[in-house]
Amino acid sequence: MNKLWKEFSKGLWKDLPPFKLVLGLCPVLAVTKTAYNGFGMGLAVIFVLALSNMLVSMLRKLIPAKVRIACFIVVAASLVVCVELLMQAYAYPLYQQLGIFVPLIVVNCIILGRAEAFASKNPVYLAVADGLGMGIGFTVSLTFLGSIRELLGYGTWFDMHVMGDWFQPFTFMVEAPGAFVCLGLVLAGMNSFTNWQRKSKGLDAIEGPVHDCKTCGMCANKPGA
Amino acid sequence: MDYFVLVIAAIFVNNIVLAQYLGNCPFIGTSKESGVAIGMGLAVVFVATMAAAITWCVQKFLLAPNDLAYLQTIAFILVIASLVQFVEMFLKKVIPPLYKSLGIFLPLITTNCAVLGIAIICQREEYSLIETIVFSIASGFGFMLALVVLAGIRERLDLARVPVSLKGTPLALIMAGLMSLAFFAFKGMAS
Repeated sequence: MNKLWKEFSKGLWKDLPPFKLVLGLCPVLAVTKTAYNGFGMGLAVIFVLALSNMLVSMLRKLIPAKVRIACFIVVAASLVVCVELLMQAYAYPLYQQLGIFVPLIVVNCIILGRAEAFASKNPVYLAVADGLGMGIGFTVSLTFLGSIRELLGYGTWFDMHVMGDWFQPFTFMVEAPGAFVCLGLVLAGMNSFTNWQRKSKGLDAIEGPVHDCKTCGMCANKPGA
Repeated sequence: MDYFVLVIAAIFVNNIVLAQYLGNCPFIGTSKESGVAIGMGLAVVFVATMAAAITWCVQKFLLAPNDLAYLQTIAFILVIASLVQFVEMFLKKVIPPLYKSLGIFLPLITTNCAVLGIAIICQREEYSLIETIVFSIASGFGFMLALVVLAGIRERLDLARVPVSLKGTPLALIMAGLMSLAFFAFKGMAS
């Protein structure tokens, strides 16, 4: 039980996917124009991530090591097709808002990275806990970033007016440049928080996590080789 | 003339990284040195063009006539994954010098969302085959332009004194934001 909680909770803070592991940046930048879009994207990712972790973990003894990446891609792609069809049926406006980023969930490093780094080596219950934790961490991060951008860019939060009439919307935040700058500042904030914590323990300040493709576990391995 | 507009729009106005948010992981991950950035950029141009052309044919002759359009995502990613593998084997055998310079980037490209993204955009915009090829070459060069410029800036930034919390990815993202702001000026020029 303890172990289950450990695997679940690491995605919520210690290994928070977009901010601590710096993975899957495209959807983080693209769909966080509003909090609602970020939240919707997060739900789609939870669905795909938890189920792909489960399937990969169930199949881990059947999949030959040489073609494992190709197999992971097929599993992820089938789940993404499910999500696409479900969203078209039940959440069509959101599907249109997210546009091309729904099919692109399949190339999100988090999905393949967790399959390769965790699910293919661990039993099913731990893999599902890991997938859910990471997925929820991803959703919370996207909603957080979306809230900042929506609040400053439109003066609303989940489409509710929260800023008074005096507020002049800061359009920069909802356009592409704002996405990059906002994510950069949030990452810097996370780093300085980590450094503040380290300082209170008497440790030296460190540089923040570097985006490294190696963290997604793909680079060292040739897909389908 | 139409193709000229398409090229300008793809490189500057709707730059694949800075305006469409595609391919950000390699954009941040491989922009530490200009040499690496050029290699990665060329590999993307090469693979994205071939992938877009092949997926166009797959969609037109395989999926659409059999009413299988909902399998687009899974078919495209499989085509891209096997294409990358094939290109790698081909280059290794036939053009070893090119393999030496591009080889290390090829496995990375399967999960580069720019490649799948370009293929899907071409379908959504309903481009013809020639338009698809022109658009994907231009988009690939747009990616390369952004990557090489950012690599140049980051090489300079290595010498600057910056707060330790901003070092690395955060500063790279803020730089990308400023570049994106510069590209934003092209908005509305050609659509």
